[in-house]
Amino acid sequence: MATLAQAAIPEVRSYLDVGRPGILGWITSTDHKRIGVLYLASMMTLFLVAVAIGVLMRIEQLMISKPLFSPETYNAFFTLHGVIMIFLFVLPGLSASFGNFFLPILIGAKDVAFPRLNLTSWYFFITGALLAITALFTGKGFPDTGWTFYVPFSIQTGTNVTLGVFAAFVLGFSSILTGLNFITTVHRLRAPGMGWHRMPLFVWALYATAWIQVLATPILGITFLLVMVERIFGIGIFDPAKGGDPVLYQHLFWMYSHPAVYIMIVPAMGAITEIIPTFAHRTIFGYKAIAYSSLAIAAVGSLVWGHHMFTSGMGDPADVIFSLLTFLVAVPSAIKVFNWTATLYKGSIELRPPMIFALTFIFLFAIGGLTGIIQGALNVNVHLHDTYWIVGHFHYVMFGGTGMGFFAALLYWFPKMFGKKYNEKVATIAWFPIFIGFNMFYATMLVLGYMGMPRRYFTHLPQYHTAHVIASIGAFIMVSGLILLLGNLLVALFKGKRAEQNPWGGVTLEWQIPTPPPLENFEVVPTITTRPYIFNPEVSR
Amino acid sequence: MISATTHTHPAHKDYEGSKIGMWVFLFTEILLFGGLFILYSIYRSEYAADFHTGGQHLNTFIGVANTIILLTSSLSVAIAISAMQRGNRKLSITCLSATIVFGLAFLVDKYIEWSEEIRRGVYPNGPALLKFPDGEKIFYGLYYAMTGLHGLHVLAGITVLTVILVFVMRGKITSTDFNQLENAGLYWHLVDVIWIFLLPMLYLAA
Repeated sequence: MATLAQAAIPEVRSYLDVGRPGILGWITSTDHKRIGVLYLASMMTLFLVAVAIGVLMRIEQLMISKPLFSPETYNAFFTLHGVIMIFLFVLPGLSASFGNFFLPILIGAKDVAFPRLNLTSWYFFITGALLAITALFTGKGFPDTGWTFYVPFSIQTGTNVTLGVFAAFVLGFSSILTGLNFITTVHRLRAPGMGWHRMPLFVWALYATAWIQVLATPILGITFLLVMVERIFGIGIFDPAKGGDPVLYQHLFWMYSHPAVYIMIVPAMGAITEIIPTFAHRTIFGYKAIAYSSLAIAAVGSLVWGHHMFTSGMGDPADVIFSLLTFLVAVPSAIKVFNWTATLYKGSIELRPPMIFALTFIFLFAIGGLTGIIQGALNVNVHLHDTYWIVGHFHYVMFGGTGMGFFAALLYWFPKMFGKKYNEKVATIAWFPIFIGFNMFYATMLVLGYMGMPRRYFTHLPQYHTAHVIASIGAFIMVSGLILLLGNLLVALFKGKRAEQNPWGGVTLEWQIPTPPPLENFEVVPTITTRPYIFNPEVSR
Repeated sequence: MISATTHTHPAHKDYEGSKIGMWVFLFTEILLFGGLFILYSIYRSEYAADFHTGGQHLNTFIGVANTIILLTSSLSVAIAISAMQRGNRKLSITCLSATIVFGLAFLVDKYIEWSEEIRRGVYPNGPALLKFPDGEKIFYGLYYAMTGLHGLHVLAGITVLTVILVFVMRGKITSTDFNQLENAGLYWHLVDVIWIFLLPMLYLAA
């Protein structure tokens, strides 16, 4: 697909071997690959912390007769779990980690448009994380509001909400700057010959995501600033006692936070789109449909925030319009799912670990998407709002979707990033507990919610106990699989065999440069002459 | 921030890229204020009469004076850029300094204005404001939030312009490499444009 000078560079120094030694070489480097790895490492650490908190909450639900910790602690736990998972893991997600590492490589560039700004974004990210941790141990403890920080409770509670939302505000800067950087990079730094319709689809996904990051995040910024100002000065904008309207907070919050779920899922969809052709050894079906459906998701997804507020009393016309738009946004997502399946048709499918997780993504994301349609219907929503159903639904989308997409991408690109092979058999074995535990856990949550179990309660009524036990056991099985999966990669990082240049037979640009990539990515700037994903040049002209 | 390279001009900075980046950043700033504009429009339709009285109590003289100051400063920063493009470094330095002084004057005005309001007890949770009807409380809440956030942007703009001024004096910005100056100018114009919206929304609401 690209005419690279096949000089067969045997010993080119990789990005891991150049630059300052030690930790300084990482936290001062403006190399997009090192920054991607920085994000990856910090996100994985925080992810594991949030998983541990999730496990503690599941243990609490097992021990309702003799609670492990107080309701207040439980409140702080689900808030912390949500804040870390949302703002520090899935939101930067595949964009900040794999996006940073592979976006320039996939378009044949040496780096992103603003390398120093890129490093600055990571510093904003890590500052936000540190502020969130500070909020945990100072004042009257971590916020107990849930990650949504709804007023009026968030302006009345004595916990450390001000610092908590400030942490999220700082993280917003990180997100915006990464988005701005990616937009400029895609516009300016594509290799000669790489027209818009020759870009790999992961790039399209990152590009669409970058626009949502840039356009939606400022709204969250101002919303959280107003919560802070409200708490410090009492300006009354969201305070009913002073004529303010708390529902407006919900509007502003979801104006950002709904598009934000597409910031989380679209890059994962992009990664899946890279993985499926590679392991089906077949060109992608419906390139343009997939590319433009990313943009369609970005556009329509910005107009559906009201479906989080059907029970807030915002009025019937608004309810109906938002419900209709919610059904509409399922269309571009479905277009992607159908195109992936069509790509598999008559492909020569190889079930290696990245592919297994990619297919898991499709399966779990489909359940997540369909449950989303169900709760998008107005009358059903009244029954399901604020129950475990909602929790089950968004874990299917965010964990079954983004999370599995993240693992698929990690398994796919790990050899390229670190130059090490992992044990594929162990990775495959780890999939079983993850998949079985996942469904035991979250499908049970859907049922619990339908039965009426409200979310965010530290205890439950006796009739829900059996289901809670099943969910908890599922959670433990799933976490054991996660430990196996990530432990396997950690072992490979230190003891893995040297990975070859193209272990999966991929055809995009990252597989045509040495493993791990050299500092400047390309010895010779590639010239692109065809569309991507051509596996058999003779047949697929 | 502006250290981009392209394949076609590997040795040069990518001006177009840095312009794209700057404009996208300005979008985000507008959207940041956009959230406040939305709140303003909703509350104004809800409390039209109270917003009218609220606007009457603001000091229109200072508001308009500040508008003139900011508009003039936009002119001076534009001249600073043009002067630099034509190689007139001295004029550029003068005009940049003038812009910074205008910015400071704006903040001094703001200080005088806010002090007067606070002296009257019209501030969030202030004794006078608490006796006002709900709509006026919201009006003043928005007034402080919007002008406060804008004031912070003026402060940020002054800081940026000061850094740029140092760059110009040290010869880091020249008649062929003035991109940073231009981007700083764009930011300053944005600060100005937002004020142009705040003036009628708050001071001329009566």
